[in-house]
Amino acid sequence: MSRENGVHVNNGPRHHTVVAIVEDRPGVLMRVASLFRRRGFNIDSLTVGPTESEGLSRITMLVDGESAPIEQVEKQLYKLIDVVKVSNLSQEDMLARELALIKVRANNLNRHEILEIAQVFRADVVDVATNSLILQVTGDEDKIDGLVKMCEPYGIRELSRTGRIAMVRGAKSTTVHEAEPAAIARIHSTQGRRIEGRELPFSSD
Amino acid sequence: MVNMTGSQIVLESLQREGVDTIFGYPGGVVLPLYDTLPEFPGIRHVLVRHEQAAAHMADGYARASGRMGVCLGTSGPGATNLVTGICTSFMDSTPVFALTGNVARTLLGRDGFQEADITGITQPITKHNYLVMRAENLAMTIREATHIATTGRPGPVLVDVPKDVFQEEAPFEWPSEINLRGYKPTVEGHAGMIRRAAKLINEAERPIIIAGHGVIWGDAGNELVELAEKANIPVVTTFLGISSFPESHELSYGWLGMHGMYYANMAADTADLVIGVGMRFDDRAMGRFSDFNPNAKIIHIDIDPAEIGKNFQTAVPIVGHAKNVLPRLAAEVDAAEHPPWIRWIDKMREDHPSLDIRESRRMLPQYVMRTLYEETGGDATIATGVGQHQMWAGQFYNYKRPRQLISSGGLGTMGFELPAAIGAQVALPGQEVWAICGDGGFQMTMQEMAVLVEEQLPVKIAIFNNGFLGMIRQWQQLFYDKNFSSAAITQPDFCKIADAYGIRALRVEHKNEVALAIKEARAHKGPILVDFQIDQEENVWPMVPAGAALSETIEAPAEEMAR
Repeated sequence: MSRENGVHVNNGPRHHTVVAIVEDRPGVLMRVASLFRRRGFNIDSLTVGPTESEGLSRITMLVDGESAPIEQVEKQLYKLIDVVKVSNLSQEDMLARELALIKVRANNLNRHEILEIAQVFRADVVDVATNSLILQVTGDEDKIDGLVKMCEPYGIRELSRTGRIAMVRGAKSTTVHEAEPAAIARIHSTQGRRIEGRELPFSSD
Repeated sequence: MVNMTGSQIVLESLQREGVDTIFGYPGGVVLPLYDTLPEFPGIRHVLVRHEQAAAHMADGYARASGRMGVCLGTSGPGATNLVTGICTSFMDSTPVFALTGNVARTLLGRDGFQEADITGITQPITKHNYLVMRAENLAMTIREATHIATTGRPGPVLVDVPKDVFQEEAPFEWPSEINLRGYKPTVEGHAGMIRRAAKLINEAERPIIIAGHGVIWGDAGNELVELAEKANIPVVTTFLGISSFPESHELSYGWLGMHGMYYANMAADTADLVIGVGMRFDDRAMGRFSDFNPNAKIIHIDIDPAEIGKNFQTAVPIVGHAKNVLPRLAAEVDAAEHPPWIRWIDKMREDHPSLDIRESRRMLPQYVMRTLYEETGGDATIATGVGQHQMWAGQFYNYKRPRQLISSGGLGTMGFELPAAIGAQVALPGQEVWAICGDGGFQMTMQEMAVLVEEQLPVKIAIFNNGFLGMIRQWQQLFYDKNFSSAAITQPDFCKIADAYGIRALRVEHKNEVALAIKEARAHKGPILVDFQIDQEENVWPMVPAGAALSETIEAPAEEMAR
């Protein structure tokens, strides 16, 4: 077995989609952001929103795997008490989407052209004014990059993108199921021992 | 259900968590708490002279006793003064509960007098922290915070309470259970991994165990001895792991790292299997990562999964509590002898003894430390500062039992020694506690001598006084072309200072007075300060220069040994 000491080797994809399910409490986003700053992990995008369970938020991050071993990113996230679950969706068959609003310069001569481009990208026109219009587009980053590029010759007045959200295809989910409070209490009353036979995300393998 | 004020809830909750001592300092916003304190005679309050010392005392208390230490500061400067101590405890994973007051809720975020965002400031240096905005949440918060501080990999927590929350009334209910869905330490250890580890150990010709602070905190000393003895595996420790394995044991080969023993460094560098237990493969212990023993496979046992694979690729990772993992591992390994390997290390130790003290008429610090060991029979609890004296305390005192050496290894906080010794003495009444100080670091926290007098604590203070910031001088001599910039330090007359506090003091200027002075200090009932005027230019050896590999360990040069 070979070792690489003090340096990390990443053979996986460069950008990882990491989903953290976190307690919806003040300061959680700061803890996550501060962790990334302190450990020198780079984030390309970060999106926060509610989940299907009350009291939990979902943070979707696009992490640059070259700035840090992705395993360290996941483990360090897990160390935050408010982080309940971490999943690296890049290892899964995943669906990733982003939403963008693009305000493009338009006049009576070229409006039609822009609308045609929008149609190709299946973008919606959500606002029209005499000298501009707003396109709303959803899709993966490549698609949005493509539309932005096509709009550039007309002049982009304003661009707003949400960052990536993602989900695993099929029945598998990254949801946190409410654990049995009694069982948890038992764990903690015995100094944090975990329940026999129940696998936790980082039980050595 | 009874109604209580926030202050009462805080103290009642701490008492229910078994807290018997708070090291603190009052201030405007914590006055409601201080007003309530006399209602709780079961909680002893130790009034410090600077909040940094309060955090160090809580840390020393925790390290000496294994129980959580508690410190308290007011808002703003009181809270920020705790920061160095909290970070010290964070780096060394010790359970410290820091309680701070803050301005009233309506004033939060308005930069009022003595407001500091202490939860923001301490976020990266606590295991977790809380700002409690309602008195009814105090009991649950204190329970959770205590649980987090003391379980898994221990660490400091901070609970920040606005002044009016201390005063608010709420029904008191002691929570019967905690539900922290984001915090479930893995303690059992994976059976498959343990089997794989046992297989590697059985196959190894030159195995070595590196035991760390986690063995002490995991209370796994006996389990470690059992494993080492069964498979006859030599044991070295990290600096913070000192005292986790009895140094008199025939399988004990000292400690490794920057100022570790030559043979310990060479053994770690020559082994074909390294078993790290409760340690984190830190740079001061392992030398240059890229050149640490490329032939060794690594088994890493630690309760914190994030430590595994952080600095080194691991052949077998085992996440779990050392006390659970070690006996299961011992049960799976075959009894073995490894005679050539043991002979190799023994020969290395014979040829490079590292801990021999040369004959000299000078008062060598090594001699002082060894004499202290002999006079105390190796039974004293030793708290150190940071620098040369810290390394000598690690090298020349033989530790018998866990928790005997209390030292800031991770953060390297000068001035830690006296407050940590005070905390240890509070935790260990009637036992012998020595603060081993440098003349530089002692001046950072010597105001705490007032606490020794006020609380009648018989801490023995030994100053290793060489008139220099010794480790700075050593590095400048070796690596900065003898450009001794700011290395010499003027001191006050330490004996007079002690005298001014009402503490007895002795000055030792000659080698032949050392043993007598230690005898006298031990015979004295109260606190005492001994100012050892040691040789000024003695260096710490062996040494792994910063950025070098363990295999590049340098021993004391001949000209220095001839001094």
